[in-house]
Amino acid sequence: MEETIRFKLNNKETELVTDPNQILLWVLRNRFGLTGTKYGCGIGFCGACTVLIDNEAARSCMLPVSEVAGKSVVTIEGLAEDGKLHPVQQAFVDHDALQCGYCTPGMILTAVALLKKNNAPTRQEIIDGLEDNLCRCGAHTRIIDAVGDAARVMKGGK
Amino acid sequence: MKKSDRKINKTSAEGSSGMKRRSFVKILGGGIFIFFQPWNALDLLALPAEQARSLTKDYNAFLQIAEDGTVSCFTGKIEMGQGVITSLAQMMADELDVPLEKVKMIMGDTDLCPYDMGTWGSLSTRSFGPNMRAAAAEARAVLTEMASARLGVPVAQLEVKEGVVTDTKNPQNSVTYAQLAKGKRLEKYMEVKPPVKDFTKFTYVGKPLKHSDAYDKVTGKAKYAGDLKLPGMLFARILRPPSHGGKLVSADVSGAEKIEGVRVVRDGDFIAVVSENHDLADLAIVQINADYSFDEMKVSDKTLFDYINKGKYKTNVSRTAGDIEAGRAQCERVFEHEYHDPYLAHTPIETHTALARFEGDKLTVWASTQSPFGLQDAITRDLGIPRENVRVITPFVGGGFGGKGAYLQGIEAAKLARMTGKPVMVTWTRDEEFFFDMFHSAAVVKVNSGTDKNGMITLWDYHVYLAGTRGADVIYDVPNTKVTSYSEDKSVYPVHPFGTGPWRAPNNNTNTFARETQIDIMASSAGIDPLEFRLRNLKDEKMIACLKSAAEKFGYVAGKTPSERGIGIACGSDAGTWVAEIVEVKVDRSTGKVSVIRVACSQDMGLCVNPQGALIQMEGCITMALGYTFSEELKFEGGNISDRNFSTYNIPRFSWVPKIDCVILDRKDQAPQGGGEPAIIAIGAAVGNAIFDATGARLFAVPFTPERVLAALTKT
Repeated sequence: MEETIRFKLNNKETELVTDPNQILLWVLRNRFGLTGTKYGCGIGFCGACTVLIDNEAARSCMLPVSEVAGKSVVTIEGLAEDGKLHPVQQAFVDHDALQCGYCTPGMILTAVALLKKNNAPTRQEIIDGLEDNLCRCGAHTRIIDAVGDAARVMKGGK
Repeated sequence: MKKSDRKINKTSAEGSSGMKRRSFVKILGGGIFIFFQPWNALDLLALPAEQARSLTKDYNAFLQIAEDGTVSCFTGKIEMGQGVITSLAQMMADELDVPLEKVKMIMGDTDLCPYDMGTWGSLSTRSFGPNMRAAAAEARAVLTEMASARLGVPVAQLEVKEGVVTDTKNPQNSVTYAQLAKGKRLEKYMEVKPPVKDFTKFTYVGKPLKHSDAYDKVTGKAKYAGDLKLPGMLFARILRPPSHGGKLVSADVSGAEKIEGVRVVRDGDFIAVVSENHDLADLAIVQINADYSFDEMKVSDKTLFDYINKGKYKTNVSRTAGDIEAGRAQCERVFEHEYHDPYLAHTPIETHTALARFEGDKLTVWASTQSPFGLQDAITRDLGIPRENVRVITPFVGGGFGGKGAYLQGIEAAKLARMTGKPVMVTWTRDEEFFFDMFHSAAVVKVNSGTDKNGMITLWDYHVYLAGTRGADVIYDVPNTKVTSYSEDKSVYPVHPFGTGPWRAPNNNTNTFARETQIDIMASSAGIDPLEFRLRNLKDEKMIACLKSAAEKFGYVAGKTPSERGIGIACGSDAGTWVAEIVEVKVDRSTGKVSVIRVACSQDMGLCVNPQGALIQMEGCITMALGYTFSEELKFEGGNISDRNFSTYNIPRFSWVPKIDCVILDRKDQAPQGGGEPAIIAIGAAVGNAIFDATGARLFAVPFTPERVLAALTKT
């Protein structure tokens, strides 16, 4: 019942022998040590487990790993390139757009996917895009500002 | 209470939510293992005298200077987003006179850090801070004396700057802290303890600094308890009762035992499945069939306030002034109202998590907790392991809000590590997080107050049920006052079917909602602008300054209510800090939906150590407050918690958040006060008052759901 699943993980071709029904969140955390992807609610409601699958934000807490076969998965650990923070990560630092930090990876990846689709979102579009990611500390206004700034930086090619 | 039996059937699903009573029983499986661990200071005081602990006076416990000049700063406090990892370092750097970047925070480790009761009550800065500063001041004095001997010049001739002690008459003649301390404990002590610096000498304190942990948190490097991994580590799922108060009758674990790679462990009623594979533990737990019986308390969210009002309580008069009856006689108008506040869940996004490992007799537990020393004591008490053999380490905590003062998961992990002989990780599901939460207590407040013909409050007779006295003081200058608090007397009339505990600014939200709504009612009735009414009745200079400052920030224009503008004011005091908030709302009269457009908040917190961190806490408080204001209200039937996930329990989202403008009235010459909680207390009342201003409809119960708003509108 185990299968070999091949997919791209943080830009590297990866192979994994596993029960294909294993949940992606726990595979990432326990098999690959990518613990930046968090468990929050287990039903895809809070967004703490968000990863990018083929550039789309996806919730990993209910997703069988077989679903990502042949696809490209990016976690928070794979976002910075050559040690340089992604503009969204940098904007979160610059705006202090976090408190406990637990929802932060999911927020950032959701925002990255949003900006890939819409490189000049309005404030309302940012709010709509992040609406289903939960933050309990109340960093919301700073997150909105950070994503807006990141969009401007990315569009300016900086 | 009626005794009933319930049969739990075999189940196949796990981890759903929003379930009705029956389906959630399926999901959890059966079983019983409930106890409530202490969460607060009072419980710790109940420790036998020989076990009671206090913060040490030895300055070495607070800091150590390595040979490379790194200053390790030790604190039993933990970092859960409130930012003390940054602000405590600022204080240490200033008091010791070292560069901030040299200060490394070591937090929440019971082996390394000085004893601490727990991270709550906005006490890190105002209570731990002075002790840490005193330690740093003594260390600085000792190091200066050591430098004096080493350099052969009197102390008075020495100057300390950035960790270097220099002879002012011969700047070549200098020595660093690192050379003096060499990573060792300092053996000298000052007979006369040196004073701490005054604010004019600060380099870092008072400067707005960003979170020092932000880089680790945006890259996924920051480690929370669940992110740790040890060789041979097992994931555990524990059999849970469907309802608080259950007793296990029987359990059939054969279904779980059949799963390869899963082990079932049991100690009496405590039954768990463990596996090296996380998902297998999830699969196995729902294969257990359990029967149990329980006494169900006949109270639910629907009958709650009637139930509370019928209760018999322990009574405590916390304040009296003047003569209530005389005050009543002076009143031109008398107002009598009752306010309701429901149970609330904490819902940090990180659930309670702990990893436990034995090495011989030594136990180490990595736990997401606000109380590492409390967990250490609890393990000693419950598992009989000597305290010196128990080490609790607290990595980053993914939100607490008071709820992680409780640490049951740490005890469970320790127990399972002992039962299995392996390191065990316990990560509560969201369902368990709701079930075992120590909820904010539901409460009722009854206020009888009155004004004279000049709009002066002459009577304030305040009765608070189940919300204690924090924030219950009148704050206004009322000649005839009585504050009576009623608390649960479990043996006479049990109220809570489950655990309750502190929830950010515990009970002050309740009391401020009641007080500030009542004040607003009196102002409106007297035909006086609500800001003017408050100022007229206040003598407290700090409160007055906050109100005036918030009004200025808001651009407040006086008017009688209801003015149809949708503007509301409220104020109060918490954790030594004063706060005033003015909000503007929009009310949709057809749906009952209320949006907050903007909030102005002004706060006096004494000396503000990190204005950036304090500002973020104010924003966080205001945002979190929207939850108790608009949506949060725990649904339950007896000990059965109906809300088990975010699908039914709604916390604030991006679209709810207003424009927020904050002012910190920095009082550099005054002791720093709490910052993590105060700004949450007044939002409920301010919004309710704004709804009244917009519509003339008065709300006496939070949250202001569309249904409640519509119901109130029909009464206008």
